[in-house]
Amino acid sequence: MAEITQERIPNGPAAAAILSAGVGSATIGLMTTGAVISTGLESALNWWSPAGPLTGKTGLGIIAWLVTWVVLHVLWKDKDVPLIRVLVLTLVLLALGLLLTFPPVFEAFE
Amino acid sequence: MTLFTVREAWTLVHGILFGGGFLLAFTGGLALLYNLKADLLTTAGARRHVRWLKLATLVMAGLAWLAVLSGTYISYPWYRAAPPEGVVDLTSYPRSYLKANPSLAFWHTFGMEWKEHIAWFAPLLATAVAFVVWRYGEHLARDNRLRWALIVLFVLAFAAAGIAGLLGALVTKAAPVL
Repeated sequence: MAEITQERIPNGPAAAAILSAGVGSATIGLMTTGAVISTGLESALNWWSPAGPLTGKTGLGIIAWLVTWVVLHVLWKDKDVPLIRVLVLTLVLLALGLLLTFPPVFEAFE
Repeated sequence: MTLFTVREAWTLVHGILFGGGFLLAFTGGLALLYNLKADLLTTAGARRHVRWLKLATLVMAGLAWLAVLSGTYISYPWYRAAPPEGVVDLTSYPRSYLKANPSLAFWHTFGMEWKEHIAWFAPLLATAVAFVVWRYGEHLARDNRLRWALIVLFVLAFAAAGIAGLLGALVTKAAPVL
């Protein structure tokens, strides 16, 4: 094993990929509850009528995910970042996304 | 005799082939990731192990994307289609059928509403795992912190896909897309 694992690779690119997944998930959650609170937002998220606002909610989630990933990757590509803090922040964002896509929660805003 | 309508066949491809494939592959992928430890593997063993792990995570990320894209853009429009004016038999319009029946409405207001959103977490998480595995490869064997971070994301991707898959099966049982 020694000959293939001695070289140190900065963990920045991994942290960027991990954190951006949390940002994408939280964005989907924010859009889901936002569409319940604002009919204007719900209409704006209706990118393709047959599938309704789900297209905009998930489309914006993907855009937020990719933009965050590219930006963080560029910023962190040669750096080591505190991975545990990044993971904890990612879990917080995932929990936010989970909460805001949970029907009893977003229905409370109807 | 027709075994399946086109809509039923697509729903099977979405749920069983793509979604089910992701869920079935999870255990193997998790075992590969968990066992990628420097003190357990020879150099050749680690290389072989990582080759399988790269393949598994790539296939799983691909299946997760295919599942959400086919679900959102092929099956879901059939599910949420509004019945034309005057139609009484709503069995061909699953969302309307569920909402019109108080004893079944839960499967739309909770089941489908949660499934259609949470399912999208799986490809984001699975893609992050696949990227890190491809980028770091055998180095993961010595970086326990990063490997465990990936295990956490991998389990969460499975949980999101599992919830979506279970709810999808139950909603389909209550009101199949015909």
